[in-house]
Amino acid sequence: MKFDTPATTNPIDKGRVVGVAQDRIDGPAKVTGSAPYAYERHDAAPNAVYGWIVGSAIAKGRIAAMDLRAAEAAPGVLGIVTHANAGKLGKGNYNTAPLLGGPAIMHYDQAVALVIADTFENARAAAKLVRIDYAPQDGKFDLNTELDNAVKPPDSGFGGAADTAVGDFEGAFAKAAVRIDQRYTTPDHSHAMMEPHATTAAWNGDKLTLWTANQMIAWSVGEVAKTLGIPKDNVRLVSPYIGGGFGAKLFLRADALLAALGAREVGRPVKVMIARNQIPNNTTHRPATVQRIRIGADKNGVIDAIGHEVWSGDLPGGGPETAAMQTRLLYGGANRLTAHRLATLDLPEGNAMRAPGEAVGLLALEIAMDELAEACGVDPVELRIRNDVQYDPEAGPQRPFSSRKLVECLRTGADRFGWSKRNPTPGKVRDGRWLVGMGVAAAFRNNMVGKSGARIGVDGTGKVIVETDMTDIGTGSYTIIGQTAAEMLGVSLDDVIVRLGDSRFPASAGSGGQWGANSSTAGVYAAAMALRAKLAEKAGYPADQAQFEDGLVKLGNQSQTLAALAGREGLWAQDSIEFGDLDKRYAQATFGAHFCEVGVDIDTAEVRIRRMGGAFAAGRILNPKSARSQVIGAMTMGAGAALMEALEVDTRFGLFINHDMAEYAVPVHADIPEQDVLFIDELDDKSSPMKAKGVGELGICGAGAAVANAVYNATGLRLRDYPLTIDKLLKAQMT
Amino acid sequence: MKPFTYSRATSVADAAKTAAAMQGARFIAGGTNLLDLMKLQIETPTHLIDVNHLGLDRIEPTPEGGLRIGALVRNTDLAADKTVRRDYGVLSRALLAGASGQLRNKATTAGNLLQRTRCPYFYDTNMPCNKRKPGSGCGAIGGISRSLAILGVSDACIAQHPSDMAVAMRLLDAQVETVGADGVARAIPIADFHTLPGDTPHIESALKNGEIITSVTLPKPIGGTHVYRKVRDRASYAFALVSVAAVFGKDGGGRFAFGGIGAKPWRTPAADAAASSGAKAVAEAALSGARTTYHNAFKKTLVERTLASLYRQKEARS
Repeated sequence: MKFDTPATTNPIDKGRVVGVAQDRIDGPAKVTGSAPYAYERHDAAPNAVYGWIVGSAIAKGRIAAMDLRAAEAAPGVLGIVTHANAGKLGKGNYNTAPLLGGPAIMHYDQAVALVIADTFENARAAAKLVRIDYAPQDGKFDLNTELDNAVKPPDSGFGGAADTAVGDFEGAFAKAAVRIDQRYTTPDHSHAMMEPHATTAAWNGDKLTLWTANQMIAWSVGEVAKTLGIPKDNVRLVSPYIGGGFGAKLFLRADALLAALGAREVGRPVKVMIARNQIPNNTTHRPATVQRIRIGADKNGVIDAIGHEVWSGDLPGGGPETAAMQTRLLYGGANRLTAHRLATLDLPEGNAMRAPGEAVGLLALEIAMDELAEACGVDPVELRIRNDVQYDPEAGPQRPFSSRKLVECLRTGADRFGWSKRNPTPGKVRDGRWLVGMGVAAAFRNNMVGKSGARIGVDGTGKVIVETDMTDIGTGSYTIIGQTAAEMLGVSLDDVIVRLGDSRFPASAGSGGQWGANSSTAGVYAAAMALRAKLAEKAGYPADQAQFEDGLVKLGNQSQTLAALAGREGLWAQDSIEFGDLDKRYAQATFGAHFCEVGVDIDTAEVRIRRMGGAFAAGRILNPKSARSQVIGAMTMGAGAALMEALEVDTRFGLFINHDMAEYAVPVHADIPEQDVLFIDELDDKSSPMKAKGVGELGICGAGAAVANAVYNATGLRLRDYPLTIDKLLKAQMT
Repeated sequence: MKPFTYSRATSVADAAKTAAAMQGARFIAGGTNLLDLMKLQIETPTHLIDVNHLGLDRIEPTPEGGLRIGALVRNTDLAADKTVRRDYGVLSRALLAGASGQLRNKATTAGNLLQRTRCPYFYDTNMPCNKRKPGSGCGAIGGISRSLAILGVSDACIAQHPSDMAVAMRLLDAQVETVGADGVARAIPIADFHTLPGDTPHIESALKNGEIITSVTLPKPIGGTHVYRKVRDRASYAFALVSVAAVFGKDGGGRFAFGGIGAKPWRTPAADAAASSGAKAVAEAALSGARTTYHNAFKKTLVERTLASLYRQKEARS
């Protein structure tokens, strides 16, 4: 099914199942421990043995010599994979550094060996016996010292052009009545998802099966094939349950590749998990940024010039953190400039983490807007309303937004939060030992869509079965896909069986960039339309007049059961949704407004969040319950970015030194109090037949800036260097 | 984890004797720190002596009017003990500020005293660390040191002692009771129990080869208002950037011990002597000799401000 004209009324609009809060259909399996994750596929791959990854001890250089004798002789060791015996390996399109390093080393903890043994403990112990002599080389590890060497990167597939310019930014900025010109910095972040990267691999002849934790099944089948140099048809990926991803599992990573190589080496299934303290340096992370934002406005705060320049670094061949993306679309202004510059660093590879671009771009932009509001003496909510624009401000009015309810989010959110009680003068509100402040930030995340397929069938008992390689990374995909199928075929959610995450199923858009929910349910919609046609035809009813209700296909007073129509052999249909150019003709994005109240200890500068609240517009909310979970989880991640999360770079040794969960702090329950989430009613007929958009990343976008602005309102201290830790507040001379 | 042998001690004397006789032997109780370190091969004992079955899990009064806490009393039980809560509130509060409920359920009194630093260079076996590998250098000096110590440090090591419990025990003038390999018992004042790094940062306590902690005794209660204030990057489940254990007397006096800033739980008589002069004076006395890095210099300010907070709250109460 091609989606190239705005949706009209369709079966989803009934809103009987879709749009109604539903418990997760996979919830019981998860809480009873019967949902098997990648490392626990004893059922599918019995007799698996264990691989342990040896990571590089240096950041850059070469392996001069490896001595495997002690490790090979250790108890239980079955084999060792290194560059010397792995055979010729390709490199995936989405990998910057080879997943198995050596002799060249590109980053710290890059995998250089897999030690395979009969038990987990034997593999781990033997891995320590691998002796490696390195010839280290000097590397570049400090973004700050490489800023002047940063270059314009090639335009990226997801990020669009590296640079954009409209009007005369420099001239307009110079002439503006009010000018903001500030530098903001964000550190490297680690995804810190609950389940580490993990894979169980088994070969059957030349056929490889990987039970793995992967967000993007179809991409990764191709990456496995390319890296191993085998046909795609010989690769099967199975990833039905995933314990969080946040972008860490978008790609083929060392666990999957080395499990495959290990299983080939020892001739039996091998499972590999990347140890928690290897994750920050072995895998990907969100790159640090340096951002310069300039805004020129009139004295009422109406923007005439807006410029956002971003510097980040990555390994040779890597990409930039596209943190200026939202600035192209969020606020009006005739004169505009955005630019991304990329430095070469020899740190571990940067890549996508929840809302790449916007998550850190808004950390900066939304402080700048707070600064502009103060400079103009305009309320920060009102300032954002004054600069709302209903079309792509770079393209002009001929490219309107498909739907944009930022102003409603700001107004409704402010009312619910009690924004009117905020004292606009910083440092004036005390509650015992706490200085109290409120902050606001806009939320913005692009709405991306992608081709997505599914097959759907009815069996002889009337059960509806959906199969797609779409993944559920904790987001609730199972349930919204089940809801979509139930709505389309007129059955209850209990009568739908959803099977996900297997490359034998039709390729979906996968889970990433908050495109998964909308795209994958639209794919199910397409397949269900095809099945409806088949069922109607079998019933002898005109397809456009048949009604699907209560497990029946109806025409007037006549009806037949789905079960009877399907017959013993069942009835199946398969289709994909393919998107035309509606996302070119219309700017498509999701919007929201974050509000936060913090307390800052008058003496110790400890920041504690007291309340978070937000209003969000993201098209049809398919399952308000799991959508809320997505948003509060993302707000929590935003709070972490604001207050504590930072991978600390040791610029001498070239690694993230705080590479475990004790030293890389993410929020705990005690950090996160009440979170209020309101979804604004919205249907986006240009986004998909579901009229939905994504919501999984919107919640992190701007959340941290609302915290930072609240800290400013509480203390009068404007920090522009995330995270806002005690040491920085004290240095800013908190009094 | 390296392969190791395991035995269960039958008595305290047997445990001490076995430990002294076997090179590379370590006692294991809760294992909340040791097992993690063994998995990373930061600790590589050849033999573990399980002491969990030796009793040593009672809290009982001493003839002097104090309290004897068995070495194996779990942190959760110690924090919840009625006498501790009534007479040694600072200890209960310090315990509850540490780790998580799950860890406190397992962690023991003696094990907590002996827990090792959280310096990130200690935890990465590819990095230099004189504490982990004597003579290899200190990665933290000139590296990332925001969480590390500013008092009692040396050119060889700036690791911090991470315990909360030990800070309260230092404040309370606890004594650590032990039995040596020769079967002889002794009591070590807690001030002398932890040793400073100097040029041997791998040595962290006064314990001799084979010597086993049997209990910790507290002197009779000192009255006053007991507080434990822990300042950290998140609201729970994090090690202290700075912590202050304090007892304020009705006479305006007070005593103070500090966590997160020292190579060992930190206390100095001069700080106690300055109690009546206020937070600034106490901080100045406590921080005498402090050696900071670019990253952890803020801890000096934070000590003073944490004390200021405690004084502010004390005044609000009176």
